[in-house]
Amino acid sequence: MNPTADVIIIGGGINGCAAAYYLAKKGVKNVIVLEASDSIGHGGSSRNGGGVRQSGRDVRELPYVMYGIKHLWPGLSDELGVDVEYTQKGNLRLGKTEKHLEKLKTLADNAKKVGLDVRMIGKEEVKEINPYLSDDIIGASWCPTDGHANPLMATLGFYKKSLSMGVKYYTGAEVASLKKIKGRLRQVILKDGTIFEGEKVIVAAGYESRYIVRTVGIDVPMTRYFDQALVTEMQPEMFPQMLGTADANFYGHQTKHGSFVFGSDCGLEETMDMPLNEMKTISMTLPSSCRAIEGYIPALKDAKIVRSWGGWLDMCLDGVPVISPVDVVPGLILACGFTGHGFGSAPAVGLILAQMAMEEETVVDMSALRYDRFDPYQ
Amino acid sequence: MTDIQEVLNKIGPYEPAEDDHLLVCRCEEVTKGEIRKAVHEGMFTIEELRRYLRCGMGLCQGQTCGKLVKGIVARELGVAVTDVTPATSRAPMRPTEMEIAGNDGGEQA
Ligand SMILES: Cc1cc2nc3c(=O)[nH]c(=O)nc-3n(C[C@H](O)[C@H](O)[C@H](O)COP(=O)(O)OP(=O)(O)OC[C@H]3O[C@@H](n4cnc5c(N)ncnc54)[C@H](O)[C@@H]3O)c2cc1C
Repeated sequence: MNPTADVIIIGGGINGCAAAYYLAKKGVKNVIVLEASDSIGHGGSSRNGGGVRQSGRDVRELPYVMYGIKHLWPGLSDELGVDVEYTQKGNLRLGKTEKHLEKLKTLADNAKKVGLDVRMIGKEEVKEINPYLSDDIIGASWCPTDGHANPLMATLGFYKKSLSMGVKYYTGAEVASLKKIKGRLRQVILKDGTIFEGEKVIVAAGYESRYIVRTVGIDVPMTRYFDQALVTEMQPEMFPQMLGTADANFYGHQTKHGSFVFGSDCGLEETMDMPLNEMKTISMTLPSSCRAIEGYIPALKDAKIVRSWGGWLDMCLDGVPVISPVDVVPGLILACGFTGHGFGSAPAVGLILAQMAMEEETVVDMSALRYDRFDPYQ
Repeated sequence: MTDIQEVLNKIGPYEPAEDDHLLVCRCEEVTKGEIRKAVHEGMFTIEELRRYLRCGMGLCQGQTCGKLVKGIVARELGVAVTDVTPATSRAPMRPTEMEIAGNDGGEQA
Protein backbone atom coordinates (compact mmCIF):
# COMPACT_ATOMS: atom_id res chain seq x y z
CA MET A 1 0.00 0.00 0.00
CA ASN A 2 1.16 3.52 -0.71
CA PRO A 3 2.11 5.69 2.28
CA THR A 4 -1.07 7.59 3.20
CA ALA A 5 -1.76 10.73 5.20
CA ASP A 6 -4.62 13.00 6.22
CA VAL A 7 -2.63 15.93 4.87
CA ILE A 8 0.42 15.90 2.59
CA ILE A 9 2.45 19.08 2.45
CA ILE A 10 4.74 19.62 -0.53
CA GLY A 11 7.72 21.85 0.33
CA GLY A 12 9.72 21.93 3.57
CA GLY A 13 10.11 25.70 3.72
CA ILE A 14 8.78 27.81 6.55
CA ASN A 15 5.25 27.85 5.13
CA GLY A 16 5.15 24.07 4.81
CA CYS A 17 6.73 23.46 8.21
CA ALA A 18 4.42 25.99 9.90
CA ALA A 19 1.36 24.38 8.31
CA ALA A 20 2.59 20.99 9.56
CA TYR A 21 3.02 22.39 13.06
CA TYR A 22 -0.44 23.96 13.26
CA LEU A 23 -2.02 20.78 11.90
CA ALA A 24 -0.23 18.71 14.54
CA LYS A 25 -1.32 21.22 17.17
CA LYS A 26 -4.93 20.77 16.05
CA GLY A 27 -4.49 17.08 16.72
CA VAL A 28 -4.22 15.86 13.13
CA LYS A 29 -2.30 12.64 13.58
CA ASN A 30 -1.11 11.81 10.12
CA VAL A 31 0.73 14.62 8.38
CA ILE A 32 3.49 14.10 5.80
CA VAL A 33 5.90 16.79 4.54
CA LEU A 34 7.80 16.11 1.30
CA GLU A 35 10.93 18.19 0.72
CA ALA A 36 12.86 17.90 -2.56
CA SER A 37 16.29 18.82 -1.24
CA ASP A 38 18.32 17.10 1.47
CA SER A 39 17.79 19.92 3.96
CA ILE A 40 14.64 21.38 5.46
CA GLY A 41 14.55 25.10 4.72
CA HIS A 42 16.83 24.84 1.70
CA GLY A 43 14.83 27.51 -0.19
CA GLY A 44 14.14 31.15 0.55
CA SER A 45 13.08 30.32 4.10
CA SER A 46 16.67 30.05 5.33
CA ARG A 47 18.09 32.67 2.99
CA ASN A 48 15.96 35.69 3.76
CA GLY A 49 16.59 38.96 5.57
CA GLY A 50 14.33 38.16 8.53
CA GLY A 51 11.98 41.10 8.13
CA VAL A 52 8.67 40.75 9.98
CA ARG A 53 6.91 43.78 8.66
CA GLN A 54 3.47 45.05 7.77
CA SER A 55 4.51 48.42 6.34
CA GLY A 56 5.24 48.52 2.64
CA ARG A 57 2.84 45.67 1.94
CA ASP A 58 -0.14 45.51 -0.35
CA VAL A 59 -3.39 46.04 1.62
CA ARG A 60 -4.62 42.59 0.58
CA GLU A 61 -1.86 41.06 2.71
CA LEU A 62 -2.31 43.18 5.80
CA PRO A 63 -5.13 41.29 7.56
CA TYR A 64 -3.18 38.03 7.93
CA VAL A 65 0.22 39.67 8.39
CA MET A 66 -1.19 41.87 11.16
CA TYR A 67 -2.88 38.84 12.72
CA GLY A 68 0.45 36.99 12.88
CA ILE A 69 2.26 39.94 14.41
CA LYS A 70 -0.40 40.43 17.04
CA HIS A 71 -1.16 36.84 17.94
CA LEU A 72 1.56 34.46 16.79
CA TRP A 73 5.06 35.97 16.62
CA PRO A 74 5.18 37.22 20.25
CA GLY A 75 4.73 33.72 21.73
CA LEU A 76 6.49 31.74 19.04
CA SER A 77 9.79 31.12 20.87
CA ASP A 78 7.95 29.68 23.87
CA GLU A 79 5.70 27.64 21.68
CA LEU A 80 8.45 26.11 19.56
CA GLY A 81 11.04 25.77 22.31
CA VAL A 82 13.76 27.57 20.32
CA ASP A 83 14.68 31.24 20.33
CA VAL A 84 13.33 32.68 17.08
CA GLU A 85 14.76 36.08 18.15
CA TYR A 86 11.57 37.96 17.43
CA THR A 87 12.25 41.67 18.01
CA GLN A 88 9.40 44.14 17.65
CA LYS A 89 11.19 47.47 17.66
CA GLY A 90 9.82 49.04 14.51
CA ASN A 91 10.69 49.48 10.86
CA LEU A 92 12.20 52.59 9.33
CA ARG A 93 11.82 52.92 5.59
CA LEU A 94 14.26 55.62 4.61
CA GLY A 95 14.13 58.27 1.94
CA LYS A 96 16.76 60.62 0.58
CA THR A 97 14.71 62.51 -2.02
CA GLU A 98 11.25 64.10 -2.28
CA LYS A 99 10.32 61.38 -4.73
CA HIS A 100 11.24 58.74 -2.15
CA LEU A 101 9.04 60.43 0.44
CA GLU A 102 6.12 60.57 -1.97
CA LYS A 103 6.38 56.84 -2.56
CA LEU A 104 6.61 56.12 1.17
CA LYS A 105 3.64 58.36 1.91
CA THR A 106 1.39 56.58 -0.59
CA LEU A 107 2.25 53.21 0.98
CA ALA A 108 1.73 54.59 4.48
CA ASP A 109 -1.62 56.20 3.63
CA ASN A 110 -2.92 52.97 2.14
CA ALA A 111 -1.83 50.95 5.16
CA LYS A 112 -3.38 53.44 7.58
CA LYS A 113 -6.74 52.92 5.91
CA VAL A 114 -6.74 49.28 7.01
CA GLY A 115 -5.76 50.17 10.56
CA LEU A 116 -1.95 49.93 10.57
CA ASP A 117 -0.01 52.38 12.75
CA VAL A 118 2.45 53.74 10.23
CA ARG A 119 3.34 57.38 9.72
CA MET A 120 5.80 59.65 7.98
CA ILE A 121 8.51 61.19 10.15
CA GLY A 122 11.07 63.90 9.47
CA LYS A 123 14.85 63.97 9.58
CA GLU A 124 15.12 64.80 13.31
CA GLU A 125 12.80 62.04 14.43
CA VAL A 126 14.66 59.53 12.26
CA LYS A 127 17.92 60.55 13.96
CA GLU A 128 16.31 60.24 17.38
CA ILE A 129 15.16 56.70 16.64
CA ASN A 130 18.46 55.73 15.03
CA PRO A 131 21.49 57.98 15.51
CA TYR A 132 23.70 55.86 13.23
CA LEU A 133 21.98 56.86 10.00
CA SER A 134 23.37 59.17 7.32
CA ASP A 135 22.60 62.90 7.32
CA ASP A 136 21.45 62.55 3.71
CA ILE A 137 18.22 60.95 4.90
CA ILE A 138 15.42 63.52 4.80
CA GLY A 139 12.56 61.42 6.13
CA ALA A 140 11.13 57.96 6.59
CA SER A 141 8.00 55.98 7.17
CA TRP A 142 7.88 54.56 10.69
CA CYS A 143 5.91 51.52 11.73
CA PRO A 144 6.55 50.84 15.42
CA THR A 145 4.92 47.38 15.42
CA ASP A 146 7.18 45.97 12.69
CA GLY A 147 10.33 44.04 13.50
CA HIS A 148 12.53 41.11 12.63
CA ALA A 149 13.27 37.52 13.59
CA ASN A 150 15.79 34.79 12.86
CA PRO A 151 14.59 32.89 9.78
CA LEU A 152 16.94 29.95 10.36
CA MET A 153 15.61 29.33 13.85
CA ALA A 154 12.00 30.02 12.93
CA THR A 155 12.04 27.59 9.98
CA LEU A 156 13.93 24.84 11.80
CA GLY A 157 11.92 25.58 14.96
CA PHE A 158 8.63 24.76 13.21
CA TYR A 159 10.30 21.67 11.75
CA LYS A 160 11.76 20.43 15.03
CA LYS A 161 8.59 21.02 17.05
CA SER A 162 6.28 19.41 14.50
CA LEU A 163 8.71 16.49 14.11
CA SER A 164 8.56 15.93 17.87
CA MET A 165 4.75 15.95 17.60
CA GLY A 166 4.85 13.11 15.10
CA VAL A 167 4.78 14.82 11.69
CA LYS A 168 6.54 12.63 9.12
CA TYR A 169 9.19 14.45 7.10
CA TYR A 170 10.83 13.07 3.98
CA THR A 171 13.84 14.81 2.45
CA GLY A 172 15.22 14.05 -1.01
CA ALA A 173 11.55 13.64 -1.99
CA GLU A 174 11.02 15.65 -5.16
CA VAL A 175 7.40 15.77 -6.26
CA ALA A 176 6.85 15.42 -10.01
CA SER A 177 3.06 15.43 -10.31
CA LEU A 178 -0.35 15.29 -8.69
CA LYS A 179 -3.15 12.95 -9.65
CA LYS A 180 -6.90 13.07 -9.17
CA ILE A 181 -8.90 9.94 -8.49
CA LYS A 182 -12.68 10.04 -8.94
CA GLY A 183 -12.58 13.83 -9.27
CA ARG A 184 -10.64 14.45 -6.07
CA LEU A 185 -6.94 15.08 -5.64
CA ARG A 186 -5.52 11.93 -4.12
CA GLN A 187 -2.00 11.04 -5.25
CA VAL A 188 1.33 12.82 -5.00
CA ILE A 189 3.87 11.23 -7.27
CA LEU A 190 7.61 11.69 -6.76
CA LYS A 191 10.21 11.93 -9.49
CA ASP A 192 11.45 8.44 -8.56
CA GLY A 193 7.95 7.02 -8.98
CA THR A 194 7.04 6.69 -5.29
CA ILE A 195 3.36 7.45 -4.70
CA PHE A 196 1.96 9.08 -1.56
CA GLU A 197 -1.77 9.36 -0.96
CA GLY A 198 -3.55 12.07 0.98
CA GLU A 199 -7.02 13.39 1.76
CA LYS A 200 -5.71 16.94 1.43
CA VAL A 201 -2.58 18.22 -0.31
CA ILE A 202 -1.01 21.58 0.49
CA VAL A 203 1.43 22.79 -2.17
CA ALA A 204 3.95 25.26 -0.68
CA ALA A 205 6.97 24.65 -2.90
CA GLY A 206 7.95 28.20 -3.85
CA TYR A 207 8.25 28.88 -7.57
CA GLU A 208 8.27 25.14 -8.28
CA SER A 209 4.65 25.03 -7.09
CA ARG A 210 3.86 26.21 -10.58
CA TYR A 211 5.20 23.04 -12.22
CA ILE A 212 3.48 20.87 -9.62
CA VAL A 213 -0.04 22.33 -9.89
CA ARG A 214 0.12 22.49 -13.67
CA THR A 215 -0.10 18.69 -13.61
CA VAL A 216 -3.73 19.10 -12.48
CA GLY A 217 -4.45 21.99 -14.84
CA ILE A 218 -3.89 24.94 -12.51
CA ASP A 219 -1.53 27.81 -13.23
CA VAL A 220 -0.37 30.76 -11.16
CA PRO A 221 1.30 33.56 -13.11
CA MET A 222 4.70 33.85 -11.42
CA THR A 223 8.19 34.79 -12.43
CA ARG A 224 11.32 34.02 -10.46
CA TYR A 225 13.87 36.50 -9.21
CA PHE A 226 17.21 35.98 -7.51
CA ASP A 227 17.91 38.02 -4.39
CA GLN A 228 21.15 38.16 -2.45
CA ALA A 229 22.14 38.77 1.15
CA LEU A 230 25.23 39.22 3.29
CA VAL A 231 26.22 38.95 6.92
CA THR A 232 28.88 40.90 8.81
CA GLU A 233 31.03 39.87 11.74
CA MET A 234 29.64 40.66 15.20
CA GLN A 235 29.32 44.37 15.96
CA PRO A 236 28.69 46.13 19.25
CA GLU A 237 24.96 46.53 19.89
CA MET A 238 23.86 49.46 17.71
CA PHE A 239 20.13 49.57 16.92
CA PRO A 240 17.15 47.21 17.12
CA GLN A 241 14.96 48.42 14.22
CA MET A 242 14.48 46.80 10.86
CA LEU A 243 15.65 49.13 8.09
CA GLY A 244 14.55 49.46 4.50
CA THR A 245 14.76 52.16 1.86
CA ALA A 246 12.23 53.74 -0.47
CA ASP A 247 14.54 52.75 -3.30
CA ALA A 248 14.51 49.14 -2.05
CA ASN A 249 18.27 48.97 -2.67
CA PHE A 250 18.83 47.16 0.63
CA TYR A 251 17.10 46.15 3.85
CA GLY A 252 18.35 44.59 7.04
CA HIS A 253 18.93 44.58 10.77
CA GLN A 254 21.34 43.68 13.53
CA THR A 255 20.78 40.16 14.84
CA LYS A 256 20.82 39.03 18.45
CA HIS A 257 24.20 37.46 17.66
CA GLY A 258 25.59 40.92 16.89
CA SER A 259 26.09 40.46 13.18
CA PHE A 260 24.19 42.55 10.63
CA VAL A 261 22.19 40.78 7.94
CA PHE A 262 21.36 42.77 4.82
CA GLY A 263 19.50 41.73 1.72
CA SER A 264 19.85 43.45 -1.62
CA ASP A 265 20.22 43.05 -5.35
CA CYS A 266 22.20 44.92 -7.99
CA GLY A 267 19.39 44.98 -10.55
CA LEU A 268 21.10 42.69 -13.04
CA GLU A 269 19.98 39.44 -11.44
CA GLU A 270 17.13 39.14 -13.90
CA THR A 271 19.54 38.81 -16.79
CA MET A 272 21.00 35.64 -15.34
CA ASP A 273 19.94 32.37 -16.79
CA MET A 274 20.46 30.11 -13.80
CA PRO A 275 18.56 26.90 -13.05
CA LEU A 276 16.42 26.92 -9.89
CA ASN A 277 18.61 24.40 -8.10
CA GLU A 278 21.66 26.65 -8.47
CA MET A 279 22.05 29.63 -6.18
CA LYS A 280 25.30 31.23 -7.18
CA THR A 281 25.85 34.83 -6.21
CA ILE A 282 26.77 37.42 -8.83
CA SER A 283 30.05 39.19 -8.13
CA MET A 284 28.55 42.62 -8.84
CA THR A 285 25.91 42.42 -6.14
CA LEU A 286 28.12 42.34 -3.05
CA PRO A 287 30.04 45.55 -3.89
CA SER A 288 26.89 47.37 -4.94
CA SER A 289 25.14 46.30 -1.71
CA CYS A 290 28.08 47.55 0.34
CA ARG A 291 27.90 50.95 -1.32
CA ALA A 292 24.14 51.15 -0.76
CA ILE A 293 24.49 50.21 2.92
CA GLU A 294 27.38 52.64 3.54
CA GLY A 295 25.28 55.36 1.95
CA TYR A 296 22.65 54.96 4.67
CA ILE A 297 24.68 53.62 7.64
CA PRO A 298 28.16 55.12 7.33
CA ALA A 299 29.12 53.70 10.74
CA LEU A 300 29.32 50.22 9.19
CA LYS A 301 32.03 50.96 6.65
CA ASP A 302 34.66 49.02 8.62
CA ALA A 303 32.38 46.11 9.45
CA LYS A 304 33.77 42.94 7.88
CA ILE A 305 31.55 40.81 5.69
CA VAL A 306 31.97 37.12 6.42
CA ARG A 307 29.55 35.58 3.97
CA SER A 308 27.18 36.33 1.12
CA TRP A 309 24.53 34.09 -0.42
CA GLY A 310 21.45 34.14 -2.57
CA GLY A 311 18.02 32.62 -2.99
CA TRP A 312 15.07 32.48 -5.34
CA LEU A 313 11.94 34.56 -4.95
CA ASP A 314 8.57 33.37 -6.27
CA MET A 315 7.22 36.61 -7.72
CA CYS A 316 3.49 36.67 -8.30
CA LEU A 317 2.13 38.71 -11.19
CA ASP A 318 0.12 41.05 -8.96
CA GLY A 319 2.62 41.18 -6.09
CA VAL A 320 0.71 39.16 -3.49
CA PRO A 321 0.64 35.40 -2.95
CA VAL A 322 -1.98 32.80 -3.69
CA ILE A 323 -3.16 31.27 -0.41
CA SER A 324 -6.28 29.37 -1.29
CA PRO A 325 -8.15 26.11 -1.57
CA VAL A 326 -8.49 25.21 -5.25
CA ASP A 327 -12.20 24.50 -5.79
CA VAL A 328 -11.79 22.89 -9.18
CA VAL A 329 -9.31 20.36 -7.77
CA PRO A 330 -11.03 19.29 -4.53
CA GLY A 331 -8.46 18.49 -1.86
CA LEU A 332 -5.80 20.89 -3.19
CA ILE A 333 -4.66 23.92 -1.20
CA LEU A 334 -2.12 26.27 -2.74
CA ALA A 335 0.36 28.65 -1.09
CA CYS A 336 2.88 30.25 -3.42
CA GLY A 337 3.93 33.49 -5.04
CA PHE A 338 5.18 35.10 -1.82
CA THR A 339 6.99 37.73 -3.89
CA GLY A 340 9.99 38.18 -1.62
CA HIS A 341 8.20 38.77 1.67
CA GLY A 342 6.75 35.48 2.80
CA PHE A 343 8.89 35.05 5.89
CA GLY A 344 7.17 37.57 8.15
CA SER A 345 3.75 36.19 7.29
CA ALA A 346 4.66 32.51 7.65
CA PRO A 347 3.23 31.75 11.12
CA ALA A 348 -0.14 33.22 10.10
CA VAL A 349 -0.03 31.51 6.71
CA GLY A 350 0.83 28.19 8.37
CA LEU A 351 -2.15 28.51 10.71
CA ILE A 352 -4.48 29.51 7.89
CA LEU A 353 -3.31 26.63 5.68
CA ALA A 354 -4.02 24.24 8.55
CA GLN A 355 -7.49 25.75 8.88
CA MET A 356 -8.09 25.46 5.14
CA ALA A 357 -7.03 21.80 5.26
CA MET A 358 -9.48 21.18 8.13
CA GLU A 359 -12.19 23.13 6.28
CA GLU A 360 -12.50 25.50 9.23
CA GLU A 361 -13.21 29.19 8.93
CA THR A 362 -9.90 31.03 8.63
CA VAL A 363 -8.85 33.58 11.29
CA VAL A 364 -9.09 36.36 8.72
CA ASP A 365 -10.83 36.60 5.36
CA MET A 366 -8.48 35.32 2.65
CA SER A 367 -10.69 35.85 -0.40
CA ALA A 368 -8.36 38.50 -1.88
CA LEU A 369 -5.66 35.83 -2.20
CA ARG A 370 -7.70 33.32 -4.17
CA TYR A 371 -6.11 31.23 -6.92
CA ASP A 372 -8.70 32.19 -9.54
CA ARG A 373 -8.26 35.95 -9.35
CA PHE A 374 -6.25 35.90 -12.58
CA ASP A 375 -9.03 34.12 -14.43
CA PRO A 376 -10.09 36.31 -17.37
CA TYR A 377 -13.65 34.90 -17.38
CA GLN A 378 -14.62 35.85 -13.82
CA MET B 1 14.71 9.75 -0.03
CA THR B 2 15.21 9.97 3.74
CA ASP B 3 12.37 9.21 6.14
CA ILE B 4 13.42 11.44 9.05
CA GLN B 5 11.23 9.71 11.69
CA GLU B 6 12.58 6.32 10.62
CA VAL B 7 16.20 7.47 10.99
CA LEU B 8 15.41 9.03 14.39
CA ASN B 9 13.97 5.70 15.55
CA LYS B 10 16.97 3.83 14.22
CA ILE B 11 19.60 6.00 15.89
CA GLY B 12 17.69 6.19 19.17
CA PRO B 13 17.70 9.04 21.67
CA TYR B 14 20.66 11.29 22.43
CA GLU B 15 22.95 9.77 25.09
CA PRO B 16 25.20 12.25 26.91
CA ALA B 17 28.92 11.45 26.60
CA GLU B 18 31.93 12.41 28.67
CA ASP B 19 33.52 14.61 26.01
CA ASP B 20 30.31 16.48 25.12
CA HIS B 21 31.75 19.68 26.61
CA LEU B 22 34.56 19.85 24.00
CA LEU B 23 34.47 23.04 21.93
CA VAL B 24 34.26 22.07 18.27
CA CYS B 25 33.48 25.40 16.59
CA ARG B 26 35.74 27.94 18.23
CA CYS B 27 34.40 30.99 16.41
CA GLU B 28 30.81 30.48 17.53
CA GLU B 29 31.56 28.35 20.61
CA VAL B 30 29.58 25.24 19.76
CA THR B 31 30.26 22.05 21.69
CA LYS B 32 30.36 18.45 20.57
CA GLY B 33 27.37 17.70 22.81
CA GLU B 34 25.26 20.41 21.19
CA ILE B 35 26.02 19.00 17.75
CA ARG B 36 25.27 15.41 18.81
CA LYS B 37 22.02 16.46 20.47
CA ALA B 38 20.87 18.44 17.42
CA VAL B 39 21.30 15.37 15.21
CA HIS B 40 18.81 13.54 17.44
CA GLU B 41 16.44 16.47 17.10
CA GLY B 42 16.35 15.96 13.32
CA MET B 43 19.22 18.13 12.05
CA PHE B 44 20.94 15.58 9.80
CA THR B 45 22.75 17.80 7.30
CA ILE B 46 25.64 20.22 7.75
CA GLU B 47 23.42 22.88 6.18
CA GLU B 48 20.74 22.41 8.85
CA LEU B 49 23.26 22.19 11.68
CA ARG B 50 25.01 25.39 10.68
CA ARG B 51 21.70 27.20 10.66
CA TYR B 52 20.48 25.67 13.90
CA LEU B 53 23.66 25.95 15.99
CA ARG B 54 25.81 28.43 14.02
CA CYS B 55 28.74 25.97 13.96
CA GLY B 56 30.94 26.93 11.01
CA MET B 57 29.12 30.26 10.59
CA GLY B 58 31.72 32.46 12.28
CA LEU B 59 34.79 34.32 11.10
CA CYS B 60 36.58 31.25 9.69
CA GLN B 61 33.39 29.92 8.05
CA GLY B 62 34.11 26.38 9.19
CA GLN B 63 37.61 26.11 7.80
CA THR B 64 38.75 24.86 11.20
CA CYS B 65 35.83 22.74 12.41
CA GLY B 66 34.17 21.65 9.14
CA LYS B 67 35.85 18.23 9.10
CA LEU B 68 35.28 17.63 12.80
CA VAL B 69 31.56 18.40 12.53
CA LYS B 70 31.22 16.05 9.57
CA GLY B 71 32.88 13.30 11.58
CA ILE B 72 30.56 13.81 14.55
CA VAL B 73 27.44 13.80 12.36
CA ALA B 74 28.56 10.67 10.48
CA ARG B 75 29.16 8.80 13.72
CA GLU B 76 25.84 9.88 15.20
CA LEU B 77 23.92 8.83 12.08
CA GLY B 78 25.96 5.66 11.56
CA VAL B 79 26.98 6.58 8.01
CA ALA B 80 30.34 7.09 6.25
CA VAL B 81 31.92 10.54 6.51
CA THR B 82 31.85 10.70 2.72
CA ASP B 83 28.05 10.44 2.84
CA VAL B 84 27.81 13.73 4.71
CA THR B 85 27.64 16.64 2.25
CA PRO B 86 29.97 19.50 3.20
CA ALA B 87 28.71 23.08 3.51
CA THR B 88 28.68 25.45 0.55
CA SER B 89 31.61 27.89 0.43
CA ARG B 90 30.67 31.48 -0.29
CA ALA B 91 32.31 34.81 -1.08
CA PRO B 92 34.24 36.59 0.33
CA MET B 93 37.08 34.11 0.87
CA ARG B 94 38.30 36.13 3.86
CA PRO B 95 36.31 38.58 6.02
CA THR B 96 36.42 41.87 4.12
CA GLU B 97 35.51 45.40 5.25
CA MET B 98 32.40 46.84 3.64
CA GLU B 99 34.31 49.85 2.39
CA ILE B 100 36.85 47.61 0.65
CA ALA B 101 34.31 45.16 -0.76
CA GLY B 102 32.34 48.13 -2.09
CA ASN B 103 35.32 49.63 -3.82
CA ASP B 104 35.11 47.90 -7.20
CA GLY B 105 34.76 51.07 -9.26
CA GLY B 106 30.96 51.09 -9.33
CA GLU B 107 28.83 54.10 -8.45
CA GLN B 108 27.47 55.12 -5.09
CA ALA B 109 23.87 53.90 -4.87
C1 LIG C 1 17.57 36.95 -0.14
C2 LIG C 1 16.15 36.90 0.32
C3 LIG C 1 15.68 37.84 1.25
C4 LIG C 1 14.37 37.82 1.71
N1 LIG C 1 13.98 38.71 2.70
C5 LIG C 1 12.74 38.60 3.27
C6 LIG C 1 12.37 39.41 4.38
O1 LIG C 1 13.15 40.20 4.89
N2 LIG C 1 11.11 39.29 4.88
C7 LIG C 1 10.21 38.41 4.38
O2 LIG C 1 9.08 38.33 4.87
N3 LIG C 1 10.56 37.59 3.34
C8 LIG C 1 11.79 37.66 2.78
N4 LIG C 1 12.15 36.83 1.73
C9 LIG C 1 11.15 35.92 1.17
C10 LIG C 1 10.93 34.66 2.02
O3 LIG C 1 12.16 34.04 2.28
C11 LIG C 1 10.01 33.69 1.28
O4 LIG C 1 8.85 34.35 0.81
C12 LIG C 1 9.58 32.53 2.18
O5 LIG C 1 10.69 31.91 2.76
C13 LIG C 1 8.76 31.55 1.41
O6 LIG C 1 8.64 30.36 2.14
P1 LIG C 1 8.08 29.07 1.47
O7 LIG C 1 8.04 28.03 2.53
O8 LIG C 1 6.82 29.40 0.76
O9 LIG C 1 9.11 28.75 0.29
P2 LIG C 1 10.59 28.12 0.30
O10 LIG C 1 11.36 28.46 1.49
O11 LIG C 1 11.19 28.41 -1.02
O12 LIG C 1 10.29 26.58 0.41
C14 LIG C 1 9.81 25.82 -0.65
C15 LIG C 1 10.42 24.44 -0.49
O13 LIG C 1 9.85 23.58 -1.47
C16 LIG C 1 10.85 22.72 -1.92
N5 LIG C 1 10.47 22.20 -3.23
C17 LIG C 1 10.59 22.82 -4.43
N6 LIG C 1 10.15 22.00 -5.42
C18 LIG C 1 9.74 20.85 -4.83
C19 LIG C 1 9.21 19.63 -5.31
N7 LIG C 1 9.02 19.43 -6.63
N8 LIG C 1 8.92 18.66 -4.42
C20 LIG C 1 9.13 18.84 -3.09
N9 LIG C 1 9.63 19.99 -2.58
C21 LIG C 1 9.94 20.98 -3.43
C22 LIG C 1 12.10 23.58 -1.95
O14 LIG C 1 13.28 22.79 -1.92
C23 LIG C 1 11.93 24.42 -0.71
O15 LIG C 1 12.55 23.89 0.42
C24 LIG C 1 13.46 36.85 1.21
C25 LIG C 1 13.91 35.90 0.28
C26 LIG C 1 15.23 35.90 -0.17
C27 LIG C 1 15.69 34.87 -1.14
